[in-house]
Amino acid sequence: MPTALYRLFLLLTLLLPLTGHAGDASDFVAASPSKQAKLLESWSAAPDAARLPLLEALQQGRLAADSGKNPFIEVNGLYQSAEGEFAPAEAPRKLRLNNRLRGLIGTAMASHQLLAEEPALRLAAARELQKRAKPAQLGLLDARVASETDAQVRTALTLALANLQLVDRDPAIRLAAVRLLGETGDPLARTRLETLLDPAVEDDAGVRTAAQTGLAQVKRKLLIGELLGQAFSGLSLGSILLLAALGLAITFGLLGVINMAHGEMLMLGAYATYMVQLLFQRFAPEAIALYPLVALPVAFFVTAAIGMALERTVIRHLYGRPLETLLATWGISLILIQLVRLLFGAQNVEVANPYWLSGGVQVLPNLVLPYNRIVIIGFALCVVVLTWLLLNKTRLGLNVRAVTQNRAMAACCGVPTGRVDMLAFGLGSGIAGLGGVALSQIGNVGPDLGQSYIIDSFLVVVLGGVGQLAGSVMAAFGLGIANKILEPQIGAVLGKILILGLIILFIQKRPQGLFALKGRVID
Amino acid sequence: MNQPLAITVAQKAGPKVTLGVGALVLAVLIALPLLHLLPADNVLHVSAYTLTLVGKILCYCIVALALDLVWGYAGLLSLGHGLFFALGGYAMGMYLSREAAGDGLPAFMSFLAWTELPWYWYGTSNFLWALCLVVLAPGLLALVFGFFAFRSRIKGVYFSIMTQALTFAGMLLFFRNETGFGGNNGFTGFTRILGFDITAQGTRAALFIATLALLVGSLYLGFKLARSKFGRVLTAVRDAENRLMFCGYDPRGYKLFIWVLSAVLCGLAGALYVPQVGIINPSEMSPTNSIEAAVWVALGGRGTLIGPLLGAGLVNGMKSWFTVAFPEYWLFALGALFIGVTLYLPKGVIGLLRKRGEQ
Amino acid sequence: MKRRPLLKSTLAASALLLSGLFPFTVQAAETIKVGILHSLSGTMAISETSLKDMALMTIDEINAKGGVLGKQLEPVVVDPASNWPLFAERARQLLSQDKVDVTFGCWTSVSRKSVLPVYEELNGLLFYPVQYEGEELSPNVFYTGAAPNQQAIPAVEYLMSEDGGAAKRYFLLGTDYVYPRTTNKILRAFLHSKGVADKDIQEVYTPFGHSDYQTIVANIKKFSAGGKTAVISTVNGDSNVPFYKELANQGIEATDIPVVAFSVGEEELRGIDTKPLVGQLAAWNYFQSVENPVNSAFVAKWKAYAKAKNLPGADKAVTNDPMEATYVGINMWAQAVEKAGSTDVDKVRDAMAGQTFAAPSGYTLTMDATNHHLHKPVMIGEVQEDGQFEVVWQTEGPLRAQPWSPYIEGNDKKPDYAVKSN
Repeated sequence: MPTALYRLFLLLTLLLPLTGHAGDASDFVAASPSKQAKLLESWSAAPDAARLPLLEALQQGRLAADSGKNPFIEVNGLYQSAEGEFAPAEAPRKLRLNNRLRGLIGTAMASHQLLAEEPALRLAAARELQKRAKPAQLGLLDARVASETDAQVRTALTLALANLQLVDRDPAIRLAAVRLLGETGDPLARTRLETLLDPAVEDDAGVRTAAQTGLAQVKRKLLIGELLGQAFSGLSLGSILLLAALGLAITFGLLGVINMAHGEMLMLGAYATYMVQLLFQRFAPEAIALYPLVALPVAFFVTAAIGMALERTVIRHLYGRPLETLLATWGISLILIQLVRLLFGAQNVEVANPYWLSGGVQVLPNLVLPYNRIVIIGFALCVVVLTWLLLNKTRLGLNVRAVTQNRAMAACCGVPTGRVDMLAFGLGSGIAGLGGVALSQIGNVGPDLGQSYIIDSFLVVVLGGVGQLAGSVMAAFGLGIANKILEPQIGAVLGKILILGLIILFIQKRPQGLFALKGRVID
Repeated sequence: MNQPLAITVAQKAGPKVTLGVGALVLAVLIALPLLHLLPADNVLHVSAYTLTLVGKILCYCIVALALDLVWGYAGLLSLGHGLFFALGGYAMGMYLSREAAGDGLPAFMSFLAWTELPWYWYGTSNFLWALCLVVLAPGLLALVFGFFAFRSRIKGVYFSIMTQALTFAGMLLFFRNETGFGGNNGFTGFTRILGFDITAQGTRAALFIATLALLVGSLYLGFKLARSKFGRVLTAVRDAENRLMFCGYDPRGYKLFIWVLSAVLCGLAGALYVPQVGIINPSEMSPTNSIEAAVWVALGGRGTLIGPLLGAGLVNGMKSWFTVAFPEYWLFALGALFIGVTLYLPKGVIGLLRKRGEQ
Repeated sequence: MKRRPLLKSTLAASALLLSGLFPFTVQAAETIKVGILHSLSGTMAISETSLKDMALMTIDEINAKGGVLGKQLEPVVVDPASNWPLFAERARQLLSQDKVDVTFGCWTSVSRKSVLPVYEELNGLLFYPVQYEGEELSPNVFYTGAAPNQQAIPAVEYLMSEDGGAAKRYFLLGTDYVYPRTTNKILRAFLHSKGVADKDIQEVYTPFGHSDYQTIVANIKKFSAGGKTAVISTVNGDSNVPFYKELANQGIEATDIPVVAFSVGEEELRGIDTKPLVGQLAAWNYFQSVENPVNSAFVAKWKAYAKAKNLPGADKAVTNDPMEATYVGINMWAQAVEKAGSTDVDKVRDAMAGQTFAAPSGYTLTMDATNHHLHKPVMIGEVQEDGQFEVVWQTEGPLRAQPWSPYIEGNDKKPDYAVKSN
């Protein structure tokens, strides 16, 4: 793994004697912000391996200075003199950096890492420089391309160099650079090539034509990335809608309970995640990354238990009176919200993504797929499959279907309808709890979490066709993708309104939803 | 004998007493605006605060009654009545904003770079046209929605969820600044109505009386409808729509009529609500408000005409008291009310009162 | 025997009903009544509850010093429940039933606009502690939060500067309501005046509670390919977490595309995982991390108060800009009452002009002589891991507010003193 190697390398460089380069750290500490910027620029044009510990400290915000402007580096809470053997006069204060300096530090760091032993480090540095290289680094890059041994790194370096060569005096070099850039799918290349189309900027006609063709290529690649990105965000939104609605597909779809407290089951699932995270923080901080996995069963059983309790105490009295269940469950939802508000406070609570759910994978230059979204899409599909198996391949599932289709007949056959009702409601609530775990990794966890999903959930179930799992899946993904196609065209607000309007129209056309249960029963 | 004695007594009381109580309540309500006109230092003076509070609750009573006509009689639970209420309110708000702005643009428009009024604001400075809008906007929307919904025979839960989606869409639309209705802020800062100062005692009293008159009028209309053949057909729609169809009736027209009537009543209530509370904004369309209205009806007793009024009055009175006395526990009380009513009072408070009366 | 419980229950019931309609007012001559009008339930409770507590703390503090004019302050707390019409109703209750001499409250512009006619009709006095879009100047309101030129414009100036990254393109992202719309309108005009062309400005709005920022972040990335970009976010409270998470997960760092927010403060950061936000910016007139003796005392007092009153999350209690504005407002009002020698609204209003107060922000803030706004310093803070901000830039001194922004057409004709809105 490159990051591990990188850390090892940094550790090694940290162990090098720090005294050899008197001046750099002191200069930096003493300089004004604009001077500091100049220093960093000059460093990035002429990298020196011995400066790495300083840059590393800067990048991590560990460089400090005392009142005598003596530089110190903080290591594990202790301040070590960066140059010479000073003891700090008083507690040194950490240096204040701003975003501009941080960017320059990144560039300097990258150019220093070009000297690293590890090809992986050099590759990362070269990629960084494709974005950030400054004209002053032209000479450095030129030299590195010539001496680079690893083919992959050389390609990356050549590209970084090409960016700078676009303003070279020699048209032949410019032409080569333009051709090279044309083959990337980098959004930055597009802007760079676009400027070359102007005869005032680029006087060579040949280069202009090359830029034209290159631009067309880049645009095509960018378009592919954009479309894939849209498809992915549609799928991601769909999977979130699906997780939010799946529990409802059982409690409303199968049992016929208009469960307005469904959103609160999601919310309780998210709070269960929060509690699990707290326990991990207190008792097993080293395994904190695993907390979402532990939260899954916990959330499932907590919400299932609450659901079953509600079913036994309130909902069981209301079967066959669907509109009354609406009011009663709405009451339950109000009570649950206020209860959570009193217990946990009105503020949102902090649920952090573990490292394996943060960040994303770069698929194309303009397409990054975040890990949490990938995981949630997979998770949603798993839950659907498991639910389907449970309903169609187990005895409980058989009983549930029997009871929901013909209660009296099922009872005659010896199915304990009351128990089945309870278990089915518990199952629906438990699945909502699982959805809550997933939602906690995407957005806020607060008492009102459920309220923002309840209407969408109902629309998914109704649109899909009540009682049809497959319908809900189709509806959720359909809505997600439709939303993401509309949003860039007409904006998020109008997009949402239009979707609602379309759903209303669709239901007028097909009152039974996408997948209607076929039957000739008339009530 | 576990129930409070007050209820027992009410149950034992005959219809004459009920009528008497009704007359008394009406007398008090008529007296309120008149007492408001007294000078402020008079002992009997009713403050503007009380008057607007009661006026607001009366507007809610009209909504409850309108909702009861469709839910209690025709069996269509609408979770979107807040939309019709708000549309009526917005139509009146447009007039009031124009009145406050004089010849210029309403304040919210002028600083968001609107240079002229959008077309749908045309004529809203005219009170009569605004009144037409109060009726037309909710009425036409209900007509179109109802026509298609009843043609596709959407009912029960589906109907409820569709109406909820409708009001949700409406809320999002009105939240948009570019829709031209002041976005999240809505309309405030009203000054005059028909040339009268909106904060003057006389105007307040007049608005109150208008609200009361609308309430009594809708109540009378409700009674007439409920007693007529039309009312019986509606009840049949609620109880067994298919059998009714087999008897040769087409329920669509009946449903559509009562649905549009209910929407218009809501719109009128909204129009009276706005000048009294002084603000209209999209949060009136939030699905929560519409669900709450359903609870007023359920609590009071649906399928009766007095019940919803009782429910709206009780819930809102409780709300005003609870949010002052125990703000943290108001939602518990409301939630428990929802559950308790559905479990133990399927016919609402009225049902409880009547049960004994019939014995 | 049966009659008595009946009598009792009916009496109790009617008393219950009456007390709802006609809240009893117990008028003790020796106190001055102070209304507190913040939502304690509903969606706004998340922000407003701490302002109510801050107001109570400040009142306690003033009372401990002997009160005002030798009288104790008596807080009257009501809950408008995040419901805008209820704000107006409660305001009327405070003014006409409880007869308060001053009110501290409201959070959003819509709540202020809802109560404004009531305050103007009954000649009450309201202190509004939150930054807002300007375009209002009522004689019955004192605005202790920032006007756009005390928050938004300096923030953009910072982004334009070398230290702020010298941004060339601006992505204006906001929740679709009046504050972001007006602020962005002002900013667009300001950017034009600085030579930024329309093609380098993009305005995008999302609905309230929007939680899916995939498309918008993708757009930001696309937009930023055209040159150094900064995002100016007026995204409202709850939507911020999904937005920042999406930014971080798609690999956008503050060094590449800085985001400066006008509605993200310590209180908002308290309940979220701050890792994805580190390095992002916020512009306010006060940060808890500001180092000066007044602020240390202020923060310590608040923490002790939160602990003593057992407020939820007391162990992580933080102060923020609107809380400071509340604190300053109440203290200034108390000073003005002392100066006027009376709680009469007209006299207090006159006495407020030119009041000064050594605020926790480290500056002595002045109430403007005419325009009812505070002169405030502007600070840009960077989010730290611990949910605090580190100030990276600040104005030389307090700025005078421009409630009628010169960047909005027609405002040059508006008077710079308070007049009734109608």
